[in-house]
Amino acid sequence: MALNRKIAYIDLTSGKIEIKSIPLEVRRKFIGGRGLDAYLLYNHAKKGCDPLGPDNPLIISGGILTATLASATARTHIMAKSPLTGLLGSSNMGGFFAPELAWAGFHHLVIRGQAEKPVYLFVHDGEIEIRDAQDLWGQTTTETQWSIREELADEEVKSLVIGPAGENLVRFANVMTGIKNSGGRTGMGCVLGSKNLKAVAVRGSQDIQIAHPVEALEYNKRFIDQITSSKVNQTQGALGTPFIWGATNSWGGIRTRNFQYNQLEYADDVEPERIDEIAEETIGPYHMTGCFACQVHCRAQYKIPSGPYAGKYDEGPEYTSQGAFAGEPDCKSAETVLTGNHLVNQYGVDNLEIGSIISWAMELYELGILTREQTDGLDLRFGNDQALLEMVHRICTRKGWLGDTLADGGVPASEKIGKNSFDYLIQVKGMSNLHSDERATPALALNIATSSRGSDHLRSRPAIDLYHLPEKVLRKIYSSPVAYDGPLSSEHTSYQGKAWQVFWQENCYMAVDCLGICKYHTLFLGTTLPNFEDWPKVIYYNTGLEFTPREIWDVAERGNMIERLFNLREGLTRDDLKKGDTLNHRYFDEPCRRGAPDVVGRKIDRDKFTKMIDEFYQHKGLDPKGDPKPETLLRLGLENEPSHLV
Amino acid sequence: MAQKILKIEHEKCTGCRLCELVCAVWHHHVSNPARSRIRIVKWESEGVYVPMACQQCEDAPCAAACPAKALSRNQETGRVELDYDKCIGCRTCVSVCPFGAMHFVPIDRKVIKCDLCDGDPQCVRFCEVKAIEFVDEGDLGRHKGREAARRIHSADKKAAELQSG
Repeated sequence: MALNRKIAYIDLTSGKIEIKSIPLEVRRKFIGGRGLDAYLLYNHAKKGCDPLGPDNPLIISGGILTATLASATARTHIMAKSPLTGLLGSSNMGGFFAPELAWAGFHHLVIRGQAEKPVYLFVHDGEIEIRDAQDLWGQTTTETQWSIREELADEEVKSLVIGPAGENLVRFANVMTGIKNSGGRTGMGCVLGSKNLKAVAVRGSQDIQIAHPVEALEYNKRFIDQITSSKVNQTQGALGTPFIWGATNSWGGIRTRNFQYNQLEYADDVEPERIDEIAEETIGPYHMTGCFACQVHCRAQYKIPSGPYAGKYDEGPEYTSQGAFAGEPDCKSAETVLTGNHLVNQYGVDNLEIGSIISWAMELYELGILTREQTDGLDLRFGNDQALLEMVHRICTRKGWLGDTLADGGVPASEKIGKNSFDYLIQVKGMSNLHSDERATPALALNIATSSRGSDHLRSRPAIDLYHLPEKVLRKIYSSPVAYDGPLSSEHTSYQGKAWQVFWQENCYMAVDCLGICKYHTLFLGTTLPNFEDWPKVIYYNTGLEFTPREIWDVAERGNMIERLFNLREGLTRDDLKKGDTLNHRYFDEPCRRGAPDVVGRKIDRDKFTKMIDEFYQHKGLDPKGDPKPETLLRLGLENEPSHLV
Repeated sequence: MAQKILKIEHEKCTGCRLCELVCAVWHHHVSNPARSRIRIVKWESEGVYVPMACQQCEDAPCAAACPAKALSRNQETGRVELDYDKCIGCRTCVSVCPFGAMHFVPIDRKVIKCDLCDGDPQCVRFCEVKAIEFVDEGDLGRHKGREAARRIHSADKKAAELQSG
């Protein structure tokens, strides 16, 4: 049964391993996945602990539905205190790792301490071994995975690994599994590196009993039909996420030249159709692949068509790579995007963060804030593809003054670079923004400002706000499972009711992260996709647990509040530019210069934005400072945290 | 009645393994790929995924090698069937199957093989990209021929285009 999957506590300093059951009470309160990770982090991390020290617990998990018949139950969640932000570290990835972990008997691994020499964990059918990884140190992400398979003589082993970037303690190093599935954000790979933990390998063949198998199969079929009939998923399945980049660029929502423009011009070579053409030419007509049990298959396969890495196989690129290696640095070459994507995958580094931070450095260089001496002679201007890729190498290997400086993340780098460099850094809570430009979309601006892991689009973004849906449709979506009769607006430039939409989406995304399913299988990009009303049956048929839609909402709200509590404990304050719920001044001061007529000239209105935050805090049950009201904690059953239930 | 078999076009497979999951749930009511009768063999570094399942061979090596005569071809359905009352669990079938499609499950110490889900193969039902289809056995070649013909046709067309400059 899903419910008998265990938590393992692994201490890398002492080598001690403890395996515990997950009490039903904990399941009912947090369900699993990210929600339970947040509870474990809040309970097991000491206030103010060093993110790179032995006291920072690294938590790796699957959701309650992982490997069951709920469609796309592929997601692995990784949590720790972030070495990039000093706040919540949290990352989520697809692939095949989490199902294998569940078949091996576990839902959560809590890894503490620090190994003396490089090690990796091998988790298999209820057992956990700490194994020597000195030979693996220095290997790329894929080399590491294949080496582990060779060592264990088992091609079916799935591993979550770090590459050289994680070993070199690049603060935004990621963890990876497979060719390109990445737990990209908040530097979780850096935490593995600090623990001398090169990888976690898993292999499982234990039964997960399906509570009501006949019903689960039939409902799953219906679920899949709902998911594959969505137009947006059909497009994802044909072009992958690059299609989102293309659509967003067309109306002017793509950061260009760091934050100087909001649209990449003459971008034909990096448009989704061109990327798809390259995939077709280098792989063939069937070049889309996917994660475990998913029918959306949004990931392209390709070989780099030209240049020094010509012929190298990789997967993606996601739209984040178009942002990182095209829009933000103002480069316009498919070869650069596909090569950059390959490099970040091999080094194991967050493409989104590295792209954003290099573009920032490019702007500083053009402004003279960074000198040619500081770049070690590199002509780091916008549009210089070679300099862009060279910086990827330098950051991941901490080569040169600038490579080493940027590897520490934007905020520490701005302190080292000095002058007014921080004013140009597009970040929230110390984490760089996605390549998207939110100046014309207040709902999206609120989303990145308040996201629990720093600027982020996957924590509360009401992406459907861009569709101009009739108010009636919006009301139907956003009035369930909790009644809402406040304002809602179909207009994406409006500030009306956006706080509620962001609050609703925040709970929706937390819920899927607890279940362990992908966001393309919920109300993220498609309005007809499953959400609160559809999940009780999936949970019941697969696990036997009964939840009402409202109860799932409550679990999500509780999970989000625990993340908030963690951030507050680590120093979040509302208006702190480096640790708060606010945006870089450029959002308020510099209007959009390109894009559709209703986008040009737009910027965020500071007063209206402040009011939106007030409203958002009210929905969450926070006081105007952003702290939870006592009655909110009581309502969510969090008045006694940390409660150490497990 | 025409007998039907699985038609597998591995180029179309996305490697998602939903077929393995539904196979195990349909037969055993559990999620566990070790209990699946269909398995996706992967070369991830090249992006190649190949679903492997029983071919229901006409002259089946598993049946020929079985010392207990537990495996036999059902002439009516065209399926190679396993009789658990006769099976002695010697795993000879596992070692002789040229496709690696016979599996021994250590949990309950039994051999398993594809039984085409009694005529409604779940792997086919759930494969959205149609990498696995259930077709009349006589049509297998016809499908393949049609695809090959299309390739030749488009190659000819391309050649003609090149010639006309």
